[in-house]
Amino acid sequence: MIRVVLPQHLRTLAGVDGEVRLDVQEPPTPSSVLDALEATYPMLRGTIRDQGTAQRRAFVRFFVCGRDISLEPADDPLPDEVASGAEPFRVVGAMAGG
Amino acid sequence: MTGVRLLVGTRKGAFVLTSDESRTEWDVNGPLFAGWEIYHVNASPADPDRIYASQSTGWFGQILQRSDDGGRTWEPVGNEFAYDGVPRTHQWYDGTQHPWEFARVWHLEPSLTDPDTVFAGVEDAALFRSTDGGKTWQELSGLRGHKTGEQWQPGAGGLCLHTILIDPENEDRMFVAISAAGVFRTDDGGETWQPINRGLRSRELPDEEREVGHCVHRIAMHPSRPSTLFMQKHWHVMRSDDGGDSWQKVSGNLPSDFGFPIAVHPHEPETIYVVPIKSDSEHVPPDGKLRVCRSRAGGNEWEALTNGLPQEHCYVNVLRDAMAVDRLDPGGVYFGTTGGQVYASSDSGDSWTAIVHDLPSVLSVEAQTLQ
Repeated sequence: MIRVVLPQHLRTLAGVDGEVRLDVQEPPTPSSVLDALEATYPMLRGTIRDQGTAQRRAFVRFFVCGRDISLEPADDPLPDEVASGAEPFRVVGAMAGG
Repeated sequence: MTGVRLLVGTRKGAFVLTSDESRTEWDVNGPLFAGWEIYHVNASPADPDRIYASQSTGWFGQILQRSDDGGRTWEPVGNEFAYDGVPRTHQWYDGTQHPWEFARVWHLEPSLTDPDTVFAGVEDAALFRSTDGGKTWQELSGLRGHKTGEQWQPGAGGLCLHTILIDPENEDRMFVAISAAGVFRTDDGGETWQPINRGLRSRELPDEEREVGHCVHRIAMHPSRPSTLFMQKHWHVMRSDDGGDSWQKVSGNLPSDFGFPIAVHPHEPETIYVVPIKSDSEHVPPDGKLRVCRSRAGGNEWEALTNGLPQEHCYVNVLRDAMAVDRLDPGGVYFGTTGGQVYASSDSGDSWTAIVHDLPSVLSVEAQTLQ
């Protein structure tokens, strides 16, 4: 079971309150987690990555175990802590302020 | 209920304002889709309960929402706007060529007869159509594929297709307007298009009278006279009486002929409304006075309507999709400002009241007449 934490706007869009839990084939990767997320919540298609190219949207980042993995290959296996459900896969909207 | 439902898109959500036919007391519902930019909300003329909304942010892209119960509940529908074929290039701000890139839906125009058919004008400029209630979208690529496409250039707000008019006497004839390319017409349901910009002059262009490149801000039509079009251009208010084949300037005695929206009275095809703005570099009302200017002669002779509008220290703008009319009698006129006010007139503009004062910056206003 993979735990996914979504930013507030995407939780509202998907109609979920807290974390999302997904069954993902071993070994999970960012790409397979997002595939499962979009299959379960089709309204999220296009909001995290482009529907045609699967490229991550510019102002969306992925964090696991306190580490930004946004620029790492989307098909690399996620850490064991994420695969086991001990740590979540975090989708983060880039901060803007000032 | 007989009355009016205003569909208001803002920088931070959508609002639905509802009144009975007296148009004196308004119920305010919102924000819907709080925190998202709502460029446009528009209802089907064939089914008043069917409403479409364009929802977007720079973070999470484009969402299309649909309501089947008059705005009480909503569901996300299709949001994949894929350009047909190889996207090609258009002119960029610096004169170089730049690939077409989808940014957002600016305008939604439901079919006059079929609630499941709706057109979307998008940035970078293209026209899409859905025939399944917004679930899937197909580009009408004959427009973007016009031989002038590589000359189209973005205005300050982007290369946006912001106006879609459907001829009520012949749905195969449509007009679209693009900043900054100009106006285009199809007579075959969107397969082929021709630029219709003869008579427009734009001093910003090296060739003032070129075929495309004009920054048309909005066009409007009265349904009883679909060959007569009115235009608020970057500068100049224009009219055409031959379906856009030629245009004449009708700015007349306006305090400024720069502005964004233009609207036609619901029952008087020669009565039109604009909101003069000082200049393209300032985007505020002249002299700090918010005035709607009305012509009852189809242009040239204008009167400033000020009753109920701020006449000092007012520095808001009114964007191109933020003015609308209802179909009640006497006719109602509405507009929203970048300062968050929505003003209503139930007497064709003679007097105005702010329905709300403090919404987020208003991007669009549509008026649904409920009967």
